Amino acid sequence: MIKLDSKIPKGPLADKWSDYKSSLRLVNPANKKKIDIIVVGTGLSGASSASALGELGYNVKVFCFQDSPRRAHSVAAQGGINAAKNYKNDGDSVYRLFHDMIKGGDFRAREANVYRAAEVSNYVIDHFAAHGVPFARDYGGMLETRSFGGVQVSRTFYAKGQTGQQCLLGTYSSLSRQIAKGTVTMYERRDMLDLVVIDGKARGIITRNLLTGELERHSAHAVVLATGGYGTVFYLSTLALGSNASAAWAAHRKGALFANPSFIQIHPTSIPVLNDYQSKLTLMSESLRNDGRVWVPKEKDENRHPNQIPEAERDYYLERRYPAFGNLVPRDVASRAAKERCDAGYGVGDSGLSVYLDFKDAIEKQGKKGIEDKYGNLFEMYMKITGINPYEEPMRIYPAGHYTMGGLWVDYNLMTTIPGLYSVGESNFSDHGANRLGASSLMQCSGDGYFILPYTIGDYLADEIRTPRIQTDHEEFDKAEKAAKERIDRLMAVNGKQTVTSFHKRLGKILWDHCGMVRSKEGLQKGIEMIDQLEDEFWKEVKVPATAGEYNQELEKAIRVADFFEVGRLMCQDALDRDESCGAHFREEYQTEQGEAKRNDAEYAHVSAYEYKGNRQSEILHKEPLVFENVELKERSYK
Amino acid sequence: MEFKLKIWRQKNASAKGKFENHTLKNVSAEMSFLQMLDYLNQQIIESGGEPVHFEHDCREGICGSCGLYINGRPHGPVTHTTTCELHMREFEDNSTIVIEPWRSKAFSVIKDLVVDRSAFEKVIRAGGFVNVNTGSAQEANNIPINKKISDRAFDAAVCIGCGACVAACKNSSAMLFVSAKVSQMAMLPQGKVEAKDRVEKMVAKMDEVGFGFCSNTYGCEYDCPKGISVEFIAQMNREFFSARVCKSKR
Ligand code: SF4
Ligand code: FES
Repeated sequence: MIKLDSKIPKGPLADKWSDYKSSLRLVNPANKKKIDIIVVGTGLSGASSASALGELGYNVKVFCFQDSPRRAHSVAAQGGINAAKNYKNDGDSVYRLFHDMIKGGDFRAREANVYRAAEVSNYVIDHFAAHGVPFARDYGGMLETRSFGGVQVSRTFYAKGQTGQQCLLGTYSSLSRQIAKGTVTMYERRDMLDLVVIDGKARGIITRNLLTGELERHSAHAVVLATGGYGTVFYLSTLALGSNASAAWAAHRKGALFANPSFIQIHPTSIPVLNDYQSKLTLMSESLRNDGRVWVPKEKDENRHPNQIPEAERDYYLERRYPAFGNLVPRDVASRAAKERCDAGYGVGDSGLSVYLDFKDAIEKQGKKGIEDKYGNLFEMYMKITGINPYEEPMRIYPAGHYTMGGLWVDYNLMTTIPGLYSVGESNFSDHGANRLGASSLMQCSGDGYFILPYTIGDYLADEIRTPRIQTDHEEFDKAEKAAKERIDRLMAVNGKQTVTSFHKRLGKILWDHCGMVRSKEGLQKGIEMIDQLEDEFWKEVKVPATAGEYNQELEKAIRVADFFEVGRLMCQDALDRDESCGAHFREEYQTEQGEAKRNDAEYAHVSAYEYKGNRQSEILHKEPLVFENVELKERSYK
Repeated sequence: MEFKLKIWRQKNASAKGKFENHTLKNVSAEMSFLQMLDYLNQQIIESGGEPVHFEHDCREGICGSCGLYINGRPHGPVTHTTTCELHMREFEDNSTIVIEPWRSKAFSVIKDLVVDRSAFEKVIRAGGFVNVNTGSAQEANNIPINKKISDRAFDAAVCIGCGACVAACKNSSAMLFVSAKVSQMAMLPQGKVEAKDRVEKMVAKMDEVGFGFCSNTYGCEYDCPKGISVEFIAQMNREFFSARVCKSKR
């Protein structure tokens, strides 16, 4: 019987982390060299973990599926990274950042974890500055900040619309330095297919060398998953096409509980779907809502060009519904409001599935140059994709699948329910509750990797100093490799007629319709049925060309999509179980008269963590109660 | 729209490659170039063939994975545009499109349109970083940086590591890529401390891993999707020679 122990330290909120840190056990430098750690993923959380652990002297092996660690999808984060520096003297503090995140997450995150994330945020900024990350600066040479959704202070540090790129490349530099020093060994072009658990502890992984198809065994004293989110389950999402759930899911199959799977952020401002062959949706940073105003025509079936529609005939619906926060309401709220307008028939564009994001007023006030300085690359990107010039007419935007708040359940140490298996960054569930606030993802990823994991993992490894190097000829490695091989053989053997992508698209559509922005009991039940059918069809009809023993991009996709059926089903199961609306999880049946999310704190102030029981088996739900000692649970209002 | 595609096919690194012809009908102008290839691959797979391998990930011009040599130009006909950002409306209906991998002695072909760019990694590992350990940074605003300088460093830092500059260069020189990193770091006070050492190490590694010399023809700048300026090459040369001078004085 699994018992969830969050291991939250005792003591006042503000002292928890510092007190706890000083109580953690250490591993002496001579012993560190003898300890192997595997890190899977080289995004911001993986690369920061690997480089920080390498600096400490551990023997680190790090894996990514791309040809270079620099390509991980953190690179695409646009708007910024939060920190509680209070450089603007506008009343910011660690507590306020914490409070904004807890409220933004609709009171479904752990207080202690969130507070710690806020606390280490300031070190993250110092760290990046020291590594030559060229954040925006003011004329006095000081770091510049801007505002982001869901908050009333200006605490978001940025590098134009490429903050993720700059933070990731800074981290990639640190990682490269450790690789050069020999503390970190880099394995590119590898997919993790299974986790190896020996005597209850995570001891290694099975990878597939993507160029040769060879299955490989790697062992370690501890394994860290930094494998990102599962937003590509929707097929169309803002994520890179290679982003996937398979590594985390392999861990889930092996016993790691998966928490809050239905908490998926639908980002309000993405470029809408333009054609049937669309393979991804491109995000337009939330920072744009600082200066852009969102509107739809007041009349249905409006045919005029947006520039021809006079002011009085526009409905700035966010400003109308949420006067206090206006265009800067949090993402879940903005997304639903856009959907509401479009469903009601006021949407624009051929499909009627988009709304305007207008910069006319901002350009009048700040000049074209002012806007270009802040968002130049985003405007250019928009222009390239749509062929429309957003300096001259409003952008068209629509919500798209984006970030997964759900993920592997971890305790305060960032350890999953499998001893020795850690999860950092987006792949864990820990800091964002039911909705993530903008610019807090880069913050969490770097905080986890640079400033939290290196401490907590040491405490675990202090017990491992006498464990000799793990041998890969252990029978658990045999078993795991065999299972991976069988799964691949099974996929290859189907030899049907339909492409992997065609299944992925259909799965994505099922989830978007039934487990997307708005959910209902019937819809979710129907969704599960449809997933079952589609999965059956997949295993009869899918076509994976060529062989498994070579570079085979279709096979890579097939392995990932096969897992997505299970992920999708669990999302629906969780959404069905949670008879309330909170954050991004909106159940039609549970809303206020004004159409806002209606929480049920009496019954659902908990983390839902699921235990895998085999495919098609309903998973076992474990609840971790959320205790709020420092904030008052309130209806989240942005009015 | 309809296109004749001439695509480079090569089974693996040691196989001999050749062009394969396809006619692709019903292409929409709204499709991106990579969506067009997805569409082609779908047809190839459905008719029992092996799909064309190409690299891509973000599909929004930021990860640097994609990179095709299209009609004789890295990333195709539109300036400051990565392959994944390119759209079919840029091509004439019924025209022929030739698609090849990067051709460069430093980047060998792995399969079809996929090349090995690991030589870039080696150059970065030689010195493309600041030697500061986690935990030792000082308060960020203790070091003010002139906005102009910091903006300029940013302009260099936007390189996505795609390799188009190398593919564009008849000498397979990586000067634009290397100079972008060297200049970014040399301009900022945090990176200045080791600037001389860094430039020497990175340049030496660049030569060692097989990149050619720079003959100042500037094809790299023209084809760089991120508009990295050749001025950074000049800046790196200055760094490099001043490092040399310092050394000979020692
Ligand atoms: S300098 Fe330009 S062309 Fe060269 S790798 Fe960087 S972005 Fe690509
Ligand atoms: S796919 Fe990422 S830059 Fe083109």
